[in-house]
Amino acid sequence: MDFKNSDTITGPRAEDHLPHTAQAAVKIVIVGGFGVGKTTMVGSVSEIRPLTTEETMTQAGIGVDDNYGSETKTATTVAMDFGRISITDQLVLYLFGTPGQERFWFLWNGLFEGALGAVVLIDTRRLEVSFDVIGRLEERGVPFVVAINDFPDAPRYPVEDLRAALDLAEEIPIVKCDARRRASSRDTLMTLMRFLHSLAMTSARV
Amino acid sequence: MTPPQRRRRQPEDRPPDPPAASLPLAGPEGHEGEEGQGKPKNPERLYVLTGGGEGGDRAELDLVTLVVARAAESPPAAQPEQSALLRLCRAPLSVAEISAYLNLPFSVVTVLLTELLAAELVQARAPIVRQALPDRSLLEAVMHGLQKL
Repeated sequence: MDFKNSDTITGPRAEDHLPHTAQAAVKIVIVGGFGVGKTTMVGSVSEIRPLTTEETMTQAGIGVDDNYGSETKTATTVAMDFGRISITDQLVLYLFGTPGQERFWFLWNGLFEGALGAVVLIDTRRLEVSFDVIGRLEERGVPFVVAINDFPDAPRYPVEDLRAALDLAEEIPIVKCDARRRASSRDTLMTLMRFLHSLAMTSARV
Repeated sequence: MTPPQRRRRQPEDRPPDPPAASLPLAGPEGHEGEEGQGKPKNPERLYVLTGGGEGGDRAELDLVTLVVARAAESPPAAQPEQSALLRLCRAPLSVAEISAYLNLPFSVVTVLLTELLAAELVQARAPIVRQALPDRSLLEAVMHGLQKL
């Protein structure tokens, strides 16, 4: 990558500028397998065109790709799309569409640790790719809801069958959504927020 | 029709945490994106930009730390990357957005910002992170904001 001449950097459009009163941001993570619709969901609710942040991961290549024991280092570029919703003049919400593989999660400091919560986006044609993601969120204590992205040709299971298959606790919401539609994606985020709110009420009572 | 069944993982299944993001090392190989686009990179340039890429104290910067320039004009001595960053941050902008607009990896942006913070050329506004005891008024504010969408 040649660093572009600083005069040619394309910054945010004038209408994408945050007000100077913006004091703090919060984030929500949308996590799921490749092609499950993370970027679609981010794009359908974001006030800015979705952007991409990248990180480069280097790892020793021993035993990874049949290099006959030769020590090689491979650099992998991992991309993450994100969008933004201004909540108030002071508060901004960012949505990150994050790859499901745990080894990528360390590339960005506090991606999950600091997030208010997560939406696990699921394609019922490939339910099993979400198994690991759910396990990792449970281990890390990240509150999450499950959203079934309703692909037309995907198998339809009763919600309770999905709950049993995913081995989800009773209180974890499962919703159907159409990630292409703003209202549906917004409702999914609202489901997460209501769930987080109910957790806050519960912990306040203890 | 029965869906496949998840097996709850046992604690020992969990792999050890890999080290935090490593800076790109010089080398021509491996530019394919695991997900998303793999653009041609010039790792040597990044290597120079971040002064060698070994350790060093970096500021605590989150993807959604908001950064804003303290002055309208950047100092004449600033590197082109720093000037570009300062120009972007005339209005508050998250580290993630800076990374996207400058087309630089997050770790490289944090190094640039660490220098600019030390020189007091930018101000960083820390994000609100999840607490063990969540702030209900914050959650309610976010819900209210989403309802307006």
